[in-house]
Amino acid sequence: MSWLTSYVRPKIRTLLGKREVPDDLWTQCDSCKQMIFSKELEKELNVCPHCGHHMRASVPDRLRWTFDDGQFTRIELPKAPVDPLGFRDQKRYSDRLKENRAKTHLDESLVVAHGRVGGQNAVVAVMAFEFLAGTMGAALGEGLVAAARLAVLQDAPLIVFTASGGARMQEGMISLMQMPRTTLAVQMVKDAGLPYIVVMTNPTTGGVTASFAMLGDIQIAEPNALIGFAGPRVIEQTVRETLPDGFQRSEYLLEHGMLDMVVKRPEMRERLGQLIGLLRERDAAKAA
Amino acid sequence: MRQFLDFEKPIAELESKIDELRRLSRPAASDGDPARGTDAPPAATGADASGYSIDEEVSRLSEKAEKQLRATYAKLTPWQKVQVARHSERPHALDYIRRLVTDYMPLAGDRSFSDDQAIVGGLGRFEGQPVVVIGTERGADLDTRLKHNFGMARPEGYRKAKRLVELAGRFGLPVLTFVDTPGAFPGIDAEARGQAEAIARSIEACLAAPVPILATIIGEGGSGGAVALASGDRVLMLEHSIYSVITPEACSSILWRDTSQASTAAEALRLTAQDLKGFGLIDEIVAEPVGGAHRDPNATIAAVGRAVAAALPALLALDPVALRLQRRDKYFAMGRQGLA
Repeated sequence: MSWLTSYVRPKIRTLLGKREVPDDLWTQCDSCKQMIFSKELEKELNVCPHCGHHMRASVPDRLRWTFDDGQFTRIELPKAPVDPLGFRDQKRYSDRLKENRAKTHLDESLVVAHGRVGGQNAVVAVMAFEFLAGTMGAALGEGLVAAARLAVLQDAPLIVFTASGGARMQEGMISLMQMPRTTLAVQMVKDAGLPYIVVMTNPTTGGVTASFAMLGDIQIAEPNALIGFAGPRVIEQTVRETLPDGFQRSEYLLEHGMLDMVVKRPEMRERLGQLIGLLRERDAAKAA
Repeated sequence: MRQFLDFEKPIAELESKIDELRRLSRPAASDGDPARGTDAPPAATGADASGYSIDEEVSRLSEKAEKQLRATYAKLTPWQKVQVARHSERPHALDYIRRLVTDYMPLAGDRSFSDDQAIVGGLGRFEGQPVVVIGTERGADLDTRLKHNFGMARPEGYRKAKRLVELAGRFGLPVLTFVDTPGAFPGIDAEARGQAEAIARSIEACLAAPVPILATIIGEGGSGGAVALASGDRVLMLEHSIYSVITPEACSSILWRDTSQASTAAEALRLTAQDLKGFGLIDEIVAEPVGGAHRDPNATIAAVGRAVAAALPALLALDPVALRLQRRDKYFAMGRQGLA
C-alpha cells in the first residue's frame, strides 16, 4: 500500500467531507491520460481539450449535439424478434439483451429521431456502441428501414452516425441478412432523390461498414476513428505483419479515397447543415 | 485416393476392407484354383466352406458401408456439415461453370486496379439462355489455391462482380452466382483499397439489378464475402453446405474465449441449409448424393443445374420494376416470422 492510497485518499475524503462529490467530477482522457474537469469536457462535446481526442459519445449527447438547439423528436422503432435462435454461449443472449437494456436505458443499438439540422428537416439515426458494441441484429435492420421510410415520408435527408463492432453473432444469419436489408433501406432514400449522409465514429467495423455505412452520398468521419472491414487483430494474425501507423483510422481512409472529409465534433452540425443546403437547393427552390 | 473426414472413419474402414477383398479375389480367379480364394481371409473359417465366396462378402460389406454412409449423412451434426462443406474434393465454382455453362467466356478486371482470381465470372449460356455467371473459386490443388487465394477475395474481386452484375443489367441477362468462400480476405492491402466499400457496392448492385439474380451456396458461405454475391432473388443451398455470419472457429474464440468450442458454436449459429430454410432466410435446398457432393460431383452439379433451371423462368417473366419490388419485399420480410 502506497502513501497515496493509505494517506492521501482518506485525507482527501475527510477534506471534502460530506459534501456530495460525484464520481465523475473528473474524467481521464483515454488518449493523453490527462484529467479533465467533466463540466468542461461536456462543453467541449467530449473532445479532450488537451489532445483533441474524440471520446465516446452517448446517444442522447449525440442527438443533442446534432439537432438545432438540441431539439428533436425520437420515434418508436418497430419490434424485432427477440433471440430468434435461442442462442447461448457462456451466457444466454436473452440475458445479455436484458442486461444491456438495464445498463444503457436503450431498447437496442439504434435510435432514430427527426428535427432540424442547420435549419432544415432531417432524420438522424444514431448507433449505440454502448449497447452490445453497437452490433447489427434484426432490430437495427428494422430501425434503419423505419428511419429510411420516415426520411422518404418527410422528404428529408437521412443522416446516420455509425459505431459498431459489426454483425451480432448471437443472431447468426439473421444478423448477416441485415446487410442486404439495410442496403435496401438506403436505396429507398436514394431512389427518392434524398441525400444519404454517413458520419462514421469510433469504431465502425465488419458487416456494418460493408453495407449501409459505406454507401453514403457523402462519407464523413470523426477524427481518428477506427474504420474497417476486418478488425486489426484478425489482420495481424492473418498476414503476420505489424500494421502501419494510423492503419484503419479516419485520416488513413481519407488518404486512401474512402472518405470525403474528416470533421471535428464541434463543427459537425454546421457542416451537415451546409451539405444538406447545397444538395437540396434545387428541391427547396421547387417547393417555394 | 479419397479423403475421409474424421467421422467417416468407420465407413473408410469398411471401404478399405472391400477394396482389399476385391484385390484378393482377382488373382484367385485368374489362378483357376477355387481353394486359394477361400483361405485368404481369416473370416472364412467361421463360414460354411461350400457356400462362402468373396463376392458375397464384398456385397455384404458394400451394403453395410452404404447403409452406414446413408445413416451418417442423414444426421450430420452442424460441425460435421462444416467439414463436408469445406471438403477438398467437393466441386468448386469453376466445376459448375464448366459443366453448366456453354460458350463460357471469362471476363476479367475491376477497371481500377487488377483482376482478382478469387472471384471468377463471365458470359455464357445456361440451357441456351445467355447469362452472366459469377463464382468465388477456392482452387483444387496448391497452385490453384494460391492463384485463387483460397476463395478469399480482395476489393478488386467484389468490384469485378459489381461490374459484371451491372453489365448483366444493361443487356437483360440473368445472373447466376456460385458461392463458396471462407470470407473476404483480411489483409492490409485489402483494407487500404476499401474492402468494406467494395462488398457494400457489390451487395448494392445485386439488389438494384433489373435482372434476376440467382445465387447458389455450393460449399461455405462465409459472412460478408458471401453476401456480396448472394443478395439474390432466389438463394439455393446444397444440402450439406453452410452459410454463416462468422466461422464457428472465430465465434468460439470470441464468445467462448476458447478455440476448442467450434463444434458448439457451429450448433449455436444455426448455419445449416436446413436451419436457414426453416428461418425463411434461403429459398430452396438442393439434395446431394448419398455421402455428400464429393462422392459424386457430376450428379451434384447436375442437380444444381436442374434446380436453377426450374427457378429461372418465373424470375425471367417479371419486368424489372416488379422484380426489384419483389426482391425488396423478400428481404424486408426476412426474420419477421412470428411477429404480428
